[in-house]
Amino acid sequence: MAKKSTETLVGVFVLLGIIALAFLALKAANLASFSAAKQYEVRARFDNIGGLKKNAPVRSAGVSVGQVTSITLDKNTFQGLVIMKINEGVQFPADSSAKILTAGLLGDQYVGIEPGADDKNLKNGDLIKQTQSAVVLENLIGQLIFNKAADAGSGGAAAPAADAASTGSKK
Amino acid sequence: MIELVNALGQATLRAVTSLGHGAFFFVDLLRFLPGSLRRFGLVVAQIYMIGYRSLTLILAAGLAVGCVLALQMYYALVPFGAVESLGLVVNLSLVRELGPVVTALLFAGRAGTALTAEIGLMKAGEQLSAMELMAVDPRGRVLAPRFLAGIFSMPILAILYSAVGILGAWFIAVQLIGVDPASFWSSMQGKVDVFRDVGNGIVKAGVFGVICTGIALYQGYETQATPEGVAYATTRTVVYSSLAVLATDFILTAMMFSTS
Repeated sequence: MAKKSTETLVGVFVLLGIIALAFLALKAANLASFSAAKQYEVRARFDNIGGLKKNAPVRSAGVSVGQVTSITLDKNTFQGLVIMKINEGVQFPADSSAKILTAGLLGDQYVGIEPGADDKNLKNGDLIKQTQSAVVLENLIGQLIFNKAADAGSGGAAAPAADAASTGSKK
Repeated sequence: MIELVNALGQATLRAVTSLGHGAFFFVDLLRFLPGSLRRFGLVVAQIYMIGYRSLTLILAAGLAVGCVLALQMYYALVPFGAVESLGLVVNLSLVRELGPVVTALLFAGRAGTALTAEIGLMKAGEQLSAMELMAVDPRGRVLAPRFLAGIFSMPILAILYSAVGILGAWFIAVQLIGVDPASFWSSMQGKVDVFRDVGNGIVKAGVFGVICTGIALYQGYETQATPEGVAYATTRTVVYSSLAVLATDFILTAMMFSTS
């Protein structure tokens, strides 16, 4: 009898381990996303993908509907070719547009899909034509500095002629 | 001066000899493993002693560490507005590092010492010699089932430790502090890979199981057959196991997670 109860308790021990492993794999890791429902594939070309990574989420209205499966450089157009899988249950009009967005100021980048108004839906292997690249902070800062410099330059050139005019143009 | 050099030489020789001795012991033990699989009842009894009886300690430690980790990480993440990655931080630290390492340290203290003391006392009571007289190799009959049970129990304990830790973190973060439960879980599901993170954590735990159980058995088997000798051997089990686990952990981490 003592032997039996030892074996039962070891069984309980192993069972607990299996339950914990299932919990870790399904609830606290990405195993559930492998066995997810059927998905279809769409492509999109971006001028600049920024920091987008493989497995980044694809969202529409903030709701996760799929993920990025591959990112390559299109050799002909020199654009980033992003292939993503979208859950079968979610259908988008064929003229939907894709944007690369950032979750919060320092968050990860994801693909946001904005639905269009076409009657037909995107099919497996379709290309999303309207895209908007990631916002690159360096370019923004560069643009800001360039604008400031242009302002200052025009102001400097106008200064000898009439100081009042340049201040007037700034207003 | 010459005595100093002499002492250095002696110490080096002793270290190398005991290392070689340990390696031979380990290889012998591996040779006996298939045989002990055939007497699985012995292994099951040892899993009960080593694994099941360690549950309380491991679960309590996992719960406590998970709760504390959640609390501390919450305070650290709030200024950055990054509370939604709380679950991810807790999960990765538990699954990758704390789970296997802390479990191994506790395991060395809870089960390793028990193994060393048990086998040391068997040796002191000349039970091992008695077995040899009956043409039963104690390494096959006594050591191998314990070794196997240790290797088997360690990963299970580490998984339970991580799982309970995450549940503890969930309780503190979601139930008490009020972190959004959806982002708590989805940050994990998005970033934690089953094979790279959870799988490597389990591999680590298995390696630590081999190290801890192997050292404990070796210390017990090679102990001086006196009460004092057993006491020393028990101490050495904890010290050597802990140091070996920490050193191995660093190497394994560098190998497993270098390219993320």
